[in-house]
Amino acid sequence: MAVMTFAGAALKNFFSKPVTTKYPAEPAEYKERTRGHIEISIDDCIGCGMCTRCCPCGTLSIDKIKGTWTINRFDCIACGFCVEKCPKKCLTMVAGYQTPDGEKETVTYTKSPEVLEAEAKQREEMAKKAAEAKKAAEAKKAAEAAKAAEEKKPEG
Amino acid sequence: MTATEGKNEIIAIEPGELSVKAMEMKSKGLRLSQACAAWLRKEEKLELSYSFVDDETYDMFNVRISLDNDKRDTEIASISDIFPYAAFYENEMRELFGANIKVINLDLHNKLYRIEEETPFVPKKEGQN
Amino acid sequence: MGKRSVIPYGPQHPVLPEPIHLDLVLEDEKIVDVLPSIGFIHRGLEKLTEKRDFNQMVYVTERVCGICSFGHGYGYCDTVEHIMNIEVPDRAKFLRTIWFELSRLHSHLLWAGLMADAFGFENLFYQCWRVREKVLDVIELTTGGRVIFSVNKVGGVLKDITPEMQKAILEMLDYVEKETKVLEKTFMNDYTVQSRMKGVGVLTKEQAHALGCAGPFARASGIATDMRMRGYAAYGELDMEPIISNDGDCYGRCEVRIGEIYQSIDLIRQAIDKLPDGELAAVVKGNPNGEYFMRIEQPRGEADYYIKGNGTPNLDRMRVRTPTFANLAGLCEVLKGADYADVGILAVTIDPCISCTER
Repeated sequence: MAVMTFAGAALKNFFSKPVTTKYPAEPAEYKERTRGHIEISIDDCIGCGMCTRCCPCGTLSIDKIKGTWTINRFDCIACGFCVEKCPKKCLTMVAGYQTPDGEKETVTYTKSPEVLEAEAKQREEMAKKAAEAKKAAEAKKAAEAAKAAEEKKPEG
Repeated sequence: MTATEGKNEIIAIEPGELSVKAMEMKSKGLRLSQACAAWLRKEEKLELSYSFVDDETYDMFNVRISLDNDKRDTEIASISDIFPYAAFYENEMRELFGANIKVINLDLHNKLYRIEEETPFVPKKEGQN
Repeated sequence: MGKRSVIPYGPQHPVLPEPIHLDLVLEDEKIVDVLPSIGFIHRGLEKLTEKRDFNQMVYVTERVCGICSFGHGYGYCDTVEHIMNIEVPDRAKFLRTIWFELSRLHSHLLWAGLMADAFGFENLFYQCWRVREKVLDVIELTTGGRVIFSVNKVGGVLKDITPEMQKAILEMLDYVEKETKVLEKTFMNDYTVQSRMKGVGVLTKEQAHALGCAGPFARASGIATDMRMRGYAAYGELDMEPIISNDGDCYGRCEVRIGEIYQSIDLIRQAIDKLPDGELAAVVKGNPNGEYFMRIEQPRGEADYYIKGNGTPNLDRMRVRTPTFANLAGLCEVLKGADYADVGILAVTIDPCISCTER
């Protein structure tokens, strides 16, 4: 039976410096890959909605017209699936955990006015083009119909 | 080391044969690894699987009882006389899937998980709210 | 015959880290009968398959348990990969093995600490958890989370372990090995520790088999079964033997788990040594259609996974049978005939994880 097997370790610990960090006084160290919270560079977002569909806890929502991206950070489990899925890689996982709060609040990110304006213009142009294309298609259809009718006439 | 993945078989049986099969497995020196139920949403079937494993060869035999929707109340004799620890699995199957397992040696009366809803994993029958 | 009395034990108890309730029937100081009951934290994670698709479920299964988190994520992915016939790249298999063993390392060190705490040796508890902290640091370095890894996906892994990280892992292993040797001396040779563990809660090989025990709990009774011998992930290419003890008491269970700490260290070194180059993940197409039963060795014992897919993104059934569920019957058996004062130690020796058990 060994006696005092722990004495060596106990003595060593008595004279060595503590292994813990004095956290609030000294800053905590985060590793490079730490999954703390999600950041978005909103102006790169194309509003595809992939992140909202793949989120396991349904914490994200997106509005393409208003150019907003909303997250409820208290529901987010920081799994990183949206970061993985984002086609434009505008989502990133950064260090720093969500601090506790009395209420569950959502955070909304809105695109900068210039980007929004440009996007609105683009949408307008697209709509115009689409309308023109539609018009052209309709005209073509009408012409074809008229042609068909004309072809039919002599027979009838 | 030599990896021995072992067999992994599914044996379909009738509800009445379960005790016989369990006795056979026990006489071979196998142990009950798990028992679980599954509700197939497309086929509307309740499946009970009892898995027996061999600790030396790592073989696994899954005994499967398949019950159609209208027959899911079929009485099934508990195997907890043969494998005493099967009681936990059978209580779980009865509580979550409503499998009609009779005479469990440690009957917890659908209070294993202390959930409010009755048989949450299977759709409600007509007339049940 | 003495007077019988019933003492409720748990779900909140100072030495019990998990919410399990035991009704102990006592005759004087000896326990004659036990009635366990669980169900305080049932979360219905298995039912979530109806609402989440099979890719999202990876993250749900990882959160079944905090300590064996990686094991659950891995078991789920491997089962789905079997159904969908996906060939996982070799590098991903080895990376998974490394992470799996890291999680076993930290789980066993955590258990050693809890065990020390259960028999009232708090200083030893601090020492175990201080060593464990180094493992957690490495886990955070390689995966980004301290206990929830989130590196698995169906088809492979998401992150790589770079050469610098491999160096950090090896350095950590040297440190943990050195420190574990010090801890082992206390656990195995100390007079007071031995007097709390030797001959307490003896479970013979026959009893352990008859009660369907699994994992280190069964191995401590002399049953040489270790699911890693089945050769899933990269275990087939590594050299290992199940660690067993024939004592069948608390001392034996401690011996097995400390042996497994060294085994894990050895396995990680082998895996890093043999780590092949290549892709991290295979391409996944379509939805799982079929079923598969999978067994893997979690830190706490053998875990069963059963998945049934029906060709849609939402699985029909995802079932996890956790090691504690198998060991509950064994726990009730070892408690019978034990002293009331030993209940805390005996409950900890099965390494209970009730949160896993109830999903």
